[in-house]
Amino acid sequence: MLSTHIPRTPRLRGSSAVVAAGLLTLSTACTGTGGDEEVASLTAMDYNLAEPQNGTTATMLDECGEQAGVDIERDAQPRDQLMPRLLQGASQQDLPDLMLVDNPDLPQIAATGALLPLDEAGFDTGGYYPSVLEAGTHEDTLYGIAPGVNGLALFTDTAKLDDAGVDPPQTWDELRDAAAELTEGDTKGLAFSAIGHEEGTWTFEPFLWSNGATLTELDSPEAVEALELWSDLVEEGSVAQSAVNWSQADVNDQFLGDRAAMMVNGSWQLPVLDDEDVGYDVVPLPVPEAGSDPATPMGGEVWAVARNGGEREEKAVEVLQCLLSDDNMRQWAELNAYVPAKEEAAEQLAEDDPQMAPFVESVPSARSRTAELGEDYPDVSTAIADAVQEALAGSASAEEALSRAQQSVPEN
Amino acid sequence: MPARIGFLAPIVVFLVLFFGYPLAANVAMSLREYTAASFYTGEAPFVGLANYAAVMGDPVFTTAVANTAVFTAASLLFQFGIGLALAVFFQRHFPLNGILRSLLLIPWLLPLVVSGTVWRWIFDQQYGILNQTLLGLGVIDSAVPWLSSTAIALPSVTVANIWVGIPFNMVILYGGLQSIPAHLYEAASLDGAGPWQRFRHVTWPLLRPVSAVVLMLGLVYTLKVFDVIMVLTQGGPANATQTLTTWSYSLSFGELDFGLGAAVGNLLIVVALLFSVVYLRGLRSSAPATARKRR
Repeated sequence: MLSTHIPRTPRLRGSSAVVAAGLLTLSTACTGTGGDEEVASLTAMDYNLAEPQNGTTATMLDECGEQAGVDIERDAQPRDQLMPRLLQGASQQDLPDLMLVDNPDLPQIAATGALLPLDEAGFDTGGYYPSVLEAGTHEDTLYGIAPGVNGLALFTDTAKLDDAGVDPPQTWDELRDAAAELTEGDTKGLAFSAIGHEEGTWTFEPFLWSNGATLTELDSPEAVEALELWSDLVEEGSVAQSAVNWSQADVNDQFLGDRAAMMVNGSWQLPVLDDEDVGYDVVPLPVPEAGSDPATPMGGEVWAVARNGGEREEKAVEVLQCLLSDDNMRQWAELNAYVPAKEEAAEQLAEDDPQMAPFVESVPSARSRTAELGEDYPDVSTAIADAVQEALAGSASAEEALSRAQQSVPEN
Repeated sequence: MPARIGFLAPIVVFLVLFFGYPLAANVAMSLREYTAASFYTGEAPFVGLANYAAVMGDPVFTTAVANTAVFTAASLLFQFGIGLALAVFFQRHFPLNGILRSLLLIPWLLPLVVSGTVWRWIFDQQYGILNQTLLGLGVIDSAVPWLSSTAIALPSVTVANIWVGIPFNMVILYGGLQSIPAHLYEAASLDGAGPWQRFRHVTWPLLRPVSAVVLMLGLVYTLKVFDVIMVLTQGGPANATQTLTTWSYSLSFGELDFGLGAAVGNLLIVVALLFSVVYLRGLRSSAPATARKRR
């Protein structure tokens, strides 16, 4: 078996082992396509620890590895451990050949120069949603590709809406009215996550974007108006102030526990809701004016390939093609309640499963969170989450909070 | 002499390896622009004290320092006070003393994630038991946003942390009380000392060395409290419960700016060191006084 640890640059001269490994790099680089030494195994890393994703990821990697003639050693990490582990790997020039990362994290890794540009590697991008490809792009180069994507929509409790004689809201005004109407006793009209990090930001972004605001001008009147919608909902009592402490899973619990008649949440909650046997419906997120396009942030994970030398890169791309084959993509989407990354497959899914339709509908206009800011996104994301919290907790007006957040946007 | 080196070598190696190296690496990291890219390229431009300047110029810095101070001072005061009161209480003999004492240990035995989650339920604005009880008793008219108001979140988080720390204080102080000879109390009683005077003139001075240790350990524990805050509020809302510890974490692993995170971490170490020095000095000057009294 070939050594799986091939440093790209022999930084630590002096140790004979490293020098030997360095020579090995040279030899593989020289022989390149010659192929007298076959790559026997590849490594992969992801954070799909929950079943059934855990099992399917393992099976899919095994099958695709077999097709490409390699063993794949899969390493699954808890979600919050993945980035630290990848950075650790990067520091030792030993990134896994294949990695599945959350799409807003991709620019951080791509910026290191450790990832293989996929178009250069001859990856076929035909049939994919342009928005999906954009979410895997850093500085005009495609580094990651998603097997499926997810987005946000409005979930409604059908029984509660029927009882109150309320139709699922389509505009902000309707949302405001419906939420007020549905608030009764212990039940709030609406629930969403306004927690102080990326999860809260990502829930707020559709409101921000669909009102015409951008991530680079957070103090614009459009952005302020969007945040005022949220803080008004809290002030009017239609949304619990505790939203500032809720993750999306907590929001789902509120909905399941009859504490909220509607919620803003992602498609991956569908399997959870189906298990609980509640009567619910899914509609696209309300927009400021009737007829405008919903703009949800593109969610989901992308596969990326590390620059680990010619032979290994080739094999990894081969495995990637297989992971993203039509069959695997469909299976992946069904299992996770994700939208397939290819247009045709997604439309088929929308027909077969009406609950998925609003999510499929939102994909073409879905936005990459990092398109405007690249590596600066995490910093700005934190600032937005803080601003949302300030406005909802009533410690600052939407305008004050957002002009403070604007200070963290780098000037270009 | 060689034998002495033989005994010292392992501990020196241990200290250098597990304390010296990480500390030095952290200081080095805080002087560089250390981002995600630095891990791969190995390039982290030296920026001098720029990270410290950036951190201190950030509006969150003042909030985090003030929060850390309030959180630490209030936690120490109440943990120690309540712990001491309980320890004195359990010094008396009464039935079920042992069982009650072990029950009081529970907060200390529970994983912080578990107790944090329970406190989150207690503090919940709509259906938390605290609001339900207070509303039922007519103490408040409307539900209090314990964890979702920027004004109340910090006291709430502090209360949870105090609850977690009481057993530790109680156990150690109880141990200290056991070592005070009973005849001193008898002698004090014969001299006509009441309960308060016995506490003031016998218990308190003889408990001083143990108190010093408890407070010192408590300080270090509290400065680095992380889990309780993360579980309850994640440092929110709007940084209202952000301490230097949680902020350092969010800078490093949320914004992936490891230089800034390291700078905050180092500032925290400096604060801890300062307090330790002050405390150890205080201890040194008070030790002879205690000894004199004992004679």
